[in-house]
Amino acid sequence: MNDPVDVLIIGAGASGAAVAWSLADTKMHILCLDQGGWMNPAEYPSTERDWEAKFYGEWSSSPNVRRRPEDYPINDDNSPIKVVNFNAVGGSTVMYTAHWPRLHPSDFKVKTLDGVADDWPIDYDALTPFFEENDRMMGVSGLSGDPLSPLSHPPMPQQPLGLSGPLIGNAMNKLGWHWWPSDTTVATMDYEGRARCINLGHCTPACAQGAKASTDITYWPHAVRAGVELKTHCRVREILTNEHGMASGVVYYDKDGVEQFQPAEVVIIACNGVGTPRLLLNSVSGKFPNGLANSSGLVGKNLMFHPYAQIYGFVKEPTDSNRAPPTCLWSKEFYDTDLSRGFVRGYGIQFGRGAGPVFEAVASEQKGILPWGKDHHRVFRKLNGHRLAVSAICEDLPEEHNRVTLDPVLKDSHGIPAPKIDYTISANSRKMMDHGLARGREILEAAGATDICINDPIPWGGWHLLGTARMGTDPARSVVNEWGRSHDVKNLFIVDGSIFVTSGGVNPTSTIQALALYIADQMKQRLANLFD
Amino acid sequence: MSDAKQLTAAQRADLRTVAAMIVPASDEYKVPGADDAAIQADMLATLGRDTALVAQALDHLADLAGKPLAELDDARRDAVAQEFRTGGGAAAATLVRVVLQCYYRDDRVLRSLGLELRAPFPKGHVLPEGDWSLLDPVRARGGTLRRAT
Repeated sequence: MNDPVDVLIIGAGASGAAVAWSLADTKMHILCLDQGGWMNPAEYPSTERDWEAKFYGEWSSSPNVRRRPEDYPINDDNSPIKVVNFNAVGGSTVMYTAHWPRLHPSDFKVKTLDGVADDWPIDYDALTPFFEENDRMMGVSGLSGDPLSPLSHPPMPQQPLGLSGPLIGNAMNKLGWHWWPSDTTVATMDYEGRARCINLGHCTPACAQGAKASTDITYWPHAVRAGVELKTHCRVREILTNEHGMASGVVYYDKDGVEQFQPAEVVIIACNGVGTPRLLLNSVSGKFPNGLANSSGLVGKNLMFHPYAQIYGFVKEPTDSNRAPPTCLWSKEFYDTDLSRGFVRGYGIQFGRGAGPVFEAVASEQKGILPWGKDHHRVFRKLNGHRLAVSAICEDLPEEHNRVTLDPVLKDSHGIPAPKIDYTISANSRKMMDHGLARGREILEAAGATDICINDPIPWGGWHLLGTARMGTDPARSVVNEWGRSHDVKNLFIVDGSIFVTSGGVNPTSTIQALALYIADQMKQRLANLFD
Repeated sequence: MSDAKQLTAAQRADLRTVAAMIVPASDEYKVPGADDAAIQADMLATLGRDTALVAQALDHLADLAGKPLAELDDARRDAVAQEFRTGGGAAAATLVRVVLQCYYRDDRVLRSLGLELRAPFPKGHVLPEGDWSLLDPVRARGGTLRRAT
């Protein structure tokens, strides 16, 4: 048996890294286990000539396609939106677009404001200092002063407009709609040991320059220097409990596949909105026959993606194509509830700068706008390097039938039951997506785009995995309390996106990490009576 | 279904034929077709995890054609291709993607498109800063954040 540790963190991604770093100043013995390993930027796709092709294989965003040893399979056949993620030190921050909006203050009071779903047990103000701290740690670029977004103070200037930005900005100005440079975690200047962005372009599947913040190069070096121990290629099978109903530690498979038990005083789960319920549901015992921390029956339920309704077209002018980070601008024009639109809540818009030649050829052929035969070359030259995209990132509301369960057949390479997703797009989300597509079409037409296509939803767009172990003050209606501690197991905490009560209409990673830092701070304030 | 390890000679011949149907050579743009020997060699060398699906697609194509694709007349070959593309599912899509991803990294093709023959890293690209006065109308319109209470 391994020596006991004070704190055991499961998962070294966005939230696990943040909570590890924050707790390090307690000088407790902190150990983090991750099923993946440290990534080597020299092997990232943009270092090779076949950089685009890799995205269809070993660098796919889908674990079911990628099938690295670190990945676990996910049965998402019963969902129009497929789960995407990355499993390594840094987690899905290794593979994301670095778009960095926050939830709005109103997102925490959905029931009060709009009479749907539930309010969060905390408000935006509780997270404000942690948003700021996280922006400094991750290194955020952007432009302060957006009239329709929460106030942020990015430590670096915004990305250049490039070629695509003015086309979008002019179209939005023509329509009289809000737009603004996105906050992003792309370093626009040298920052804390990270080199500035040199526009490799293909930065979603990992940044070889290190300009894009991923927690393996932001939080983890600080956390490890501060004494946190990180063991890689260790996949946790289940959390065990003792006779008092407290977590006693975890069973995991080490890098050699050997089963180990790691005792711990405190267990923190940071495995995302699919991995966390999977682990809890796999942690069955006599005292917890329906899975750990599941007396409410809500573990795995209320899964929220953000259904992405994407529309794109092709303009006469050249766009940035693959020569810039993929997103640079956002719009909050349709973010807040306006019942005259026929739905409640709203969506953010993120604009896409373009695509590389292989992606363009493959996508356009699939859409039927790039023909086979003699005319292929003429049409390809019209499309390639001329794409503009508009994506409505729609707020999904929690519904219990959207859920993560354990697949009765599918297992990972260690024989651990895999997650199964059952998800449908709600009528409200459907109306929101239709609205987003209609407005997107207006934007593209204002930009002069033709050959308009849609992805409705983006099928491999399940980046944001939220709501499956929600926070709340009522143990019958939530899994963790207002500072992330399980209602049922007093030394078990959850810090990832599964604790979201509602989803907002923005990319969630900034808010996930602010929550992780907030929970770490709450734990530090309560160390003397953490289990009371 | 064919063995997943490698393509048979007949499958390779059909792959060459269908690749040329997808992207033929062009004198106008001074580019080879996707049946070019170097591009075909790239496809075969890098099939990897796509081998099984591509083989499945080629078996389906062979069933539709009833004989080597190259031996069909143009009209029949076009009809087979149409049926293959509309009904071939994930396997057909994989085959087409393999053809395109190898074609659009060939030096001669990239040169014809005016693209540089290199990986993005380490040189990267230069991006124009743009005119930020475009934001003036947004600032002028202003707006307020929705209150939380």
